[in-house]
Amino acid sequence: MEKFDVIVVGAGPSGNAAAYTLAKAGVNVLQLERGESPGTKNVQGAILYAHALEEIIPDFRDSAPLERHVAEQRMWMMDEASVCTGMTHRDARFSTPPYNRYTIIRARFDRWFSAKVKEAGALVICETTVSELLRDAQGRVVGVRTEREHGDILADCVILADGANALLGSRAGLRREIKAEDMALVAKEVLFLPKETIDARFNISGDEGVVIELAGNVTHGMVGTGFLYTNKDSISIGIGCMLGDMKRQTITPYQLLEGLKRHTAVRPLIEGAEMKEYSAHLIPEGGLKALPQLYGDGWLVVGDSAGFVNGIHREGSNLAMTSGRLAAESLVALKAAGKPFDARHLAEYKRRLDDSVIIADLKKYADVPDFLHNKPHILDVYPRLLGNAAHEMFMVDGQSKRAKQQKIYAELKSRRSLLGLLGDAYHFWRAFR
Amino acid sequence: MHIAVCIKQVPDSAQIRVHPVTNTIMRQGVPAIVNPFDLFALEEALRIKDRTGARVTVLSMGPPQAEDALKKCISLGADDAILVTDKAFSGADTLATSYVLAAALRTLHEKQPLDLVFTGKQTIDGDTAQVGPGIAIRLGYQLLTYVSRIAKIDVQDSRIVVERRAEGGVQVLESRLPAVITMLEGTNTIRFADMPGMFTAARQQTQHWNREAIGITDLTQVGLKGSPTVVAQVFAPKPKAVRALRIEGETPAAMAEAFVDKLFTDYPQLEEALLEHLDQLAAQEQQS
Ligand SMILES: Cc1cc2nc3c(=O)[nH]c(=O)nc-3n(C[C@H](O)[C@H](O)[C@H](O)COP(=O)(O)OP(=O)(O)OC[C@H]3O[C@@H](n4cnc5c(N)ncnc54)[C@H](O)[C@@H]3O)c2cc1C
Repeated sequence: MEKFDVIVVGAGPSGNAAAYTLAKAGVNVLQLERGESPGTKNVQGAILYAHALEEIIPDFRDSAPLERHVAEQRMWMMDEASVCTGMTHRDARFSTPPYNRYTIIRARFDRWFSAKVKEAGALVICETTVSELLRDAQGRVVGVRTEREHGDILADCVILADGANALLGSRAGLRREIKAEDMALVAKEVLFLPKETIDARFNISGDEGVVIELAGNVTHGMVGTGFLYTNKDSISIGIGCMLGDMKRQTITPYQLLEGLKRHTAVRPLIEGAEMKEYSAHLIPEGGLKALPQLYGDGWLVVGDSAGFVNGIHREGSNLAMTSGRLAAESLVALKAAGKPFDARHLAEYKRRLDDSVIIADLKKYADVPDFLHNKPHILDVYPRLLGNAAHEMFMVDGQSKRAKQQKIYAELKSRRSLLGLLGDAYHFWRAFR
Repeated sequence: MHIAVCIKQVPDSAQIRVHPVTNTIMRQGVPAIVNPFDLFALEEALRIKDRTGARVTVLSMGPPQAEDALKKCISLGADDAILVTDKAFSGADTLATSYVLAAALRTLHEKQPLDLVFTGKQTIDGDTAQVGPGIAIRLGYQLLTYVSRIAKIDVQDSRIVVERRAEGGVQVLESRLPAVITMLEGTNTIRFADMPGMFTAARQQTQHWNREAIGITDLTQVGLKGSPTVVAQVFAPKPKAVRALRIEGETPAAMAEAFVDKLFTDYPQLEEALLEHLDQLAAQEQQS
């Protein structure tokens, strides 16, 4: 039977970061991916945050398939099908290299990253699904079982980089089953448009890109957001909500997406585009409170599988890469010190995570999921109020501005009691403080 | 016994799109696969290997990326993989392709004599079915096209018996070896690679042969220069816009009735034929 130092399950950003770092350090590593090639199964908006990747492959910009760098960020509050209130942030510093954020297409990006992993010396095998973890009599993880014949493979440590569903950990009883309340479901399309059309519609040129974050009633009052990103010659558009909400509302993700695409503020941007790709995917958004056990005898969990996502800032792939790197570095350090990969020593991984931006950020937003869960009207009532207020103030119809202010205030009070308003403000502050 | 299987990496035609503006084929992002017809050839070769212990070498002319397709064949059980690749070979039509493959097979034959060469019936991106025959003619091998079954192989006597799908029936053909067989689709089911096969493929180095390696000096025979085929124009046929007929009705029964009504009004001969048939049935029933 084949035996390796480490087996990495999954070739998304977390698995690739782990396998790359291990292979670079000379560790004998096998990476298994169920997709036909890395990236075929993966879904992301996608924004790539340069920093996390830089720490792994410093010169990634020379060869990675990057679409556009993000030059402008828009934030839109949307109401029904007609109202959109927003803000635009464009800063020349974001258009000065080295750029900080890029739009990418995951299928291409993952294939590139995987080629780097192979170059670094890892053995990568695709089209191979890991069905379960192999355990010894003491319950230690000692390898994996794949769905292929003669498919058992041994390893001193298995890194679970298997993404949001985290089936392997659940099946092995290493964690509790994931709750619908902690999961967002996102539907996404890639729409083809010629580069010149995109440049003209978004007021950009060269490699500049625009990111639009969308919030408000487009989610039908459910907790969730949408996004629209410009690639070189396509647009990525998506919308997602908490799975628990969707279950209750019996609304499907693609209905939400169709609604978003019909919105007056969105439709002209995507007019005439041809759909290239449709996908749907889960995002673990339970935050700090939903984190599972992160290591044990002979195993570690990284990326989405560990729940490392900052839903508010839509950061996932960067935390995935950083956690993959930290897991690998922990193993390299233990191996160099001649320590076994048992739970006691693998606690090193948790220590490194605690010192990292991952846990720091998740701690900061630990209360946000609960806050949004208990106060879903935040995403419904306020955008509506904001939209109506803006409409009132911009409408020149002979009424005095003071009368208009009073009208706005009256509407505010009729929607939310003063106490309710104060409460919202307090909870908002608490959650984001 | 030594068998060569010629395969081609093709874009997955199920996922190909035509650029809405330029009308060209967009290959970007379309996954590359082993030409599905070639997998029937490979499986047949592997079955002979299972029975006789033959050595199976897969061969492909293509760009460096085609290595993935060859590795796939290794994972399924092929022993060796050779990528015939050279900048001068690009833009080849079937004539230039069979010229290069024949040269590569000759080189392979010198290293270990060949008994059989398999190809798929045709490719899904070219649809010509010319490469297999082109190879056979150039090598002076027997040509057996559209083979549906290999009935018997006698290595000692260098003879093979195959069944060949022909118009109106099946031909049973006996031939001497070496021969080129183009395998008909649907005649077998490709196996699923086991884990050891996956490891072998992941570790195996594919051999790369360029034009010097296969002794090609005449560059007018290869690539674009050696290809008399000219693509004059590429266009996506406009779909004809025929308005669909809407049949409405309160209940399914009413809709069915409306549909039959419409059908019989438009095609009275259909109604006549049906009535005639019903009359006959009634008459038969009375008789019995
Ligand atoms: C619509 C959407 C938009 C997003 N936008 C952004 C964004 O803009 N920026 C950002 O940073 N993040 C974004 N994210 C989050 C980001 O995509 C994830 O955090 C990131 O992909 C996590 O990486 P990962 O490697 O942990 O998991 P994944 O990328 O999901 O990779 C897991 C891999 O494991 C493989 N696998 C799973 N099970 C098995 C098995 N049993 N055997 C073998 N292989 C297996 C899968 O095929 C897959 O390749 C977005 C997510 C979604 C869904």
